[in-house]
Amino acid sequence: MGKTFSKPEALTDNHTHYCPGCTHGIVHRLVAEAIDELGIRENTVGIAPVGCAVLAYNYIDCDFQEAAHGRAPAMATGIKRVRPDLMVFTYQGDGDLASIGMGEIIHAANRGEKITVIFINNAIYGMTGGQMAPTTMPGQRATTAPAGRDAAQTGMPIRMANLMSEIVTPGYVTRQAVLKPQMVNKCKKAIKKAFEYQVANTCFSFVEVISTCPTNWGMTPIDSLKWAEETLLPYYELGDYKTPEEA
Amino acid sequence: MAKVLMKGNEAIGEAAIRAGCLNYFAYPITPQSEVAEYLSKRLPEVGGTFLQGESEVAVGYMIFGASGAGERVMTTSSSPGISLMSEALSYIAAAHCPAVFVNIVRGGPGLGGILPSQGDYFQATKGGGHGDYHLLVLAPDGVQEAVEMTMQAFTLAEKYRNPVMVMGDGMIGQMMEPVEFPDDLKTEPTNKDAWATNGMSTRKSKTPNLVKSLFLDSAELNRNNLDLKAKYEQMKKEDVQYELYNADGDYQILIASYGTMSRVCRTAIDMLKAEGIEAAMFRPKTLFPFPEKQVYDAAVKDSCKCVISIEMSMGQMVEDVQRCVMGKKPVEFYGECGGEIPSPEKIIEIVKELIG
Repeated sequence: MGKTFSKPEALTDNHTHYCPGCTHGIVHRLVAEAIDELGIRENTVGIAPVGCAVLAYNYIDCDFQEAAHGRAPAMATGIKRVRPDLMVFTYQGDGDLASIGMGEIIHAANRGEKITVIFINNAIYGMTGGQMAPTTMPGQRATTAPAGRDAAQTGMPIRMANLMSEIVTPGYVTRQAVLKPQMVNKCKKAIKKAFEYQVANTCFSFVEVISTCPTNWGMTPIDSLKWAEETLLPYYELGDYKTPEEA
Repeated sequence: MAKVLMKGNEAIGEAAIRAGCLNYFAYPITPQSEVAEYLSKRLPEVGGTFLQGESEVAVGYMIFGASGAGERVMTTSSSPGISLMSEALSYIAAAHCPAVFVNIVRGGPGLGGILPSQGDYFQATKGGGHGDYHLLVLAPDGVQEAVEMTMQAFTLAEKYRNPVMVMGDGMIGQMMEPVEFPDDLKTEPTNKDAWATNGMSTRKSKTPNLVKSLFLDSAELNRNNLDLKAKYEQMKKEDVQYELYNADGDYQILIASYGTMSRVCRTAIDMLKAEGIEAAMFRPKTLFPFPEKQVYDAAVKDSCKCVISIEMSMGQMVEDVQRCVMGKKPVEFYGECGGEIPSPEKIIEIVKELIG
């Protein structure tokens, strides 16, 4: 009987440091599968963010650079501009990308940098310990919003994929989730497509992934999946927001 | 090669190309925007990469990315912009990456002004960003030296895998002088396969390379700091540059100055000599590593009554001069700021007061 399931070559054997029930592991695997299927591992450079995924280079087996908080798209720009033959992707969380790194992501997208951005949206700061993110839902508790996010004081959650879709420069912008097997399969397709656009030198590509953070949400992994589906998905609607073909 | 008349900022841009640097990222700021304007035209002609970033913060990381990928890269800015790039400078130094940063200093603090200043000496030599790191800092005194130091900067950056700063000022950036571009200052880029993220397919070893500055283990972080420290000690041994002017005879006073200020001091020393007063000048060309022993030796000479540091600042390099002279001679200071530059007459007046 043949082998039907194996670890992607682009994933290392290391055990991850992620909390039980965290979805980073799923997305890492999807990125690694896409890299394997496109045969680009030896020409790929990842940019690790500041956040829980700062150690992504321990798990994804290609060249990596570590950026400061929010600066990954600028760093990716530097690499891609001087080495257009390399495949460059960033892997960023919502504090990193949607708060401190808002300037860098918007301008990289607007220049149409031929890079791929994987954006993990779990509506909270993970590594620093559950503080409010720009993506935190109204009423959602955080260590810096103990009574829940007050939209009158801090505004409504930023919908990055929607925002990015307003950029006129052609690009691929999609929002996916990894809360159910069907969603994981669709997310995989989107991530692969995002890399394919880069391989073909077509456009900037951006995949937002609705994820969970059981530890900082104070829920079990199962409850987290349920809460994300019921609370996040109605506000963060899934689907393609922009494709280069429609430009 | 024949000399050409060029503005300092444009000459710095051309020097980078002549040194084999074909990658430049920058954000406009007075008084150095001509570097970006010049290179936006020149780099495409030679097949290079020019990109205007959205901010100095972002440009710092474009430089970090390009350098981490193993390519020669430069940016230029001026004081407030260097403050914003200082975040990246700390990371680049921590990650042992070579890169060239040019600071055409303007008056500060805050928005300050757009005229020449030397107010960024502390920022350039003592850090600027967070953590224990140093830049190797070259301080040209005119357009020719700005060209030569810009070219040397790439070699030094790669020798130490450390960011190198060329620190001029608005005067050097804006004035025109005849220059030549010495071919012999161009070096071949070092092989970066051992550490750069240049793609595994281009390397013999198929182990991924990692450019990083995070060391969660205290012993590992301590080791990285020791590695950095060892490089700074090597710089002190091998790459100190300085000039002594009129220092062969029995001078009564030693003037410490650098960059544009040293040009004025040189004139003052010549005028004093015509009156029969001997003054010497100590001019560091590397602000870090500082020529520690050289300024000490020049200061302790028997004929020398005192040392004065003359700067376009409120007193920054003077602290290094005091540190190195170790109380063996009095160390005085005179400075003007904001684009005001001490005149030769003023310097002569101060020297005469000091030596009685």
